[in-house]
Amino acid sequence: MTAVTATETVAATADIRKRGRLVFAATIIILCAWVLAPIYLLVVNALSSPDQVNAFPKSFVPGFETDSIAFFMGFAGVAKALFNSILVACITMALSIGLGAPAGYALSRFEFRGKGVFRIMVLMTRAFPLPLLALPLAVLFIRTGLDDTALGLALVHTTLALPFAVLITFSLFSGIPVELEEAAWTLGCTRVQAFRKVVLPLVLPGIAASAVFAFVISWNEVFAAAVLTIENRTLTAFLLQNLDVSPLHLKFAGGAVLVVPALIFIFAVRKYLFAMWGIANR
Amino acid sequence: MQQRTLPYLLLLPATLFLCVFFIYPFLLVAWQAISQDGALTLEHFRTMAGHWKFSTAFWNTMLLALAVVPVQLALALFMATLVTRMGAGRDVILYIWTIPLGISDLAAGIIWLAIFEQTGFLNSILSSLGVINQPVTWLGYQDKATIFLAVVLAELWRATAIVLVILVAGMGLIPKEYYEAAEVFGAGPWKRFVRITLPLLRPSIQTALILRTILAFEVFAVVAALGGTNLPVLMGETYQWQFALQDRHVAAAYALVILAISIAFTLVFLRTLRVPKEAQV
Repeated sequence: MTAVTATETVAATADIRKRGRLVFAATIIILCAWVLAPIYLLVVNALSSPDQVNAFPKSFVPGFETDSIAFFMGFAGVAKALFNSILVACITMALSIGLGAPAGYALSRFEFRGKGVFRIMVLMTRAFPLPLLALPLAVLFIRTGLDDTALGLALVHTTLALPFAVLITFSLFSGIPVELEEAAWTLGCTRVQAFRKVVLPLVLPGIAASAVFAFVISWNEVFAAAVLTIENRTLTAFLLQNLDVSPLHLKFAGGAVLVVPALIFIFAVRKYLFAMWGIANR
Repeated sequence: MQQRTLPYLLLLPATLFLCVFFIYPFLLVAWQAISQDGALTLEHFRTMAGHWKFSTAFWNTMLLALAVVPVQLALALFMATLVTRMGAGRDVILYIWTIPLGISDLAAGIIWLAIFEQTGFLNSILSSLGVINQPVTWLGYQDKATIFLAVVLAELWRATAIVLVILVAGMGLIPKEYYEAAEVFGAGPWKRFVRITLPLLRPSIQTALILRTILAFEVFAVVAALGGTNLPVLMGETYQWQFALQDRHVAAAYALVILAISIAFTLVFLRTLRVPKEAQV
């Protein structure tokens, strides 16, 4: 008798376990759908002709027409806005790594007075609504001739990206044992040589990832871009300015053009997303 | 000698940059808000507060943050807990869940516009189910409630990923031994979550809350894409004053309001979620 009930309980717990696993899997799938479905719907719109976009009820399968995208790309000002977006993002990338990586290296390798102050300044930037910087800088830039230029906007975007660059490079350099560098010094390398031959090859992929991250921050930024550019609009500023007047298919094609590069970039840096936040907690 | 000056040399460029483009502009914007032709005045704050849109914009921004941030924290905690229990496929699922991280607020607004606009996907579903006969206007100038709801959904969709990443990173730092010990003493999953995960995750929760709340006060492009100017928010009004109304001083006053509430909330989170030095993992 007891043996029978024992096997029954075992079967019952196995059943509960199985059901639990099913619920677990279903929850994960629902959450994935929650993230992916809206993107899919945007893609459906972008790959349909303008007539299909404005039709009702709408088909949930794309018409696989390139009219909308072609219309968007040929629309006056879009090609230039796209070029501006890429230009600003590239300058931002170069500036934030060029300024941030040395700082990250210094923070990870040296103990010195004022280190705490610098870290607090970097962390403080996160407690400030940075896009608002564009307002006073708009005035300043008119005085210095930087208004409506790619460089001016890139400088603002660099304030957004620099704290991240410092924190990511700090965690990268901290991950490389200082003994490696010391070994190179004892073998006759100068500090610069040791850095170039030993440290740099090891951190290069991580540096590239944080550069990509800076690119995405700039590529996606709307407010400062809209405030600081007039003739030389970036893509986000261009889309924002034309929200009231542009037809639906133009908006959706524009949205898709904004999203696709960001997806690729995030895929490229996915390994480093967690490293930087883990360290940023402290 | 070189040993002593080298770190300062390395920090110099970044420090100079932050002084010129971060600290100085904030002093400048404050000055812009409280001065007129070199003399101190509160006129701009009076103009701002006197405008009929100000209190609407202020409360809309607050309500949006209040509706979005707590749900995001709960959802991200739930998702992060699922992540820690995943075996194979963890990386793929994590990548999918963090995709919105790379999507700009403007693009997110446009994405949800595709769902909520009059000939959009929501109406298409409803009409094929026979719930409605003709398309419903969800985002018209009279539909403040549905615009609000659409913005909340878009923000939940877009910005939960950042909270998730911070929490998953934080959970990775919690030593496994604590859970094993708790299990030995008979603590169930819920008890382990409340007694181990939540307290030890406090620094990450603090970071996530500060970051998300400040970003929630900056909400702008999502609202612009979904509601135009039908749902005024602080950042949108700042933009309006800067451009449409051409009054930099009032725009600066708005900026100071956003700055003030951001700092106030940061301080609140820093205090209420403070982690004593000796209690850190």
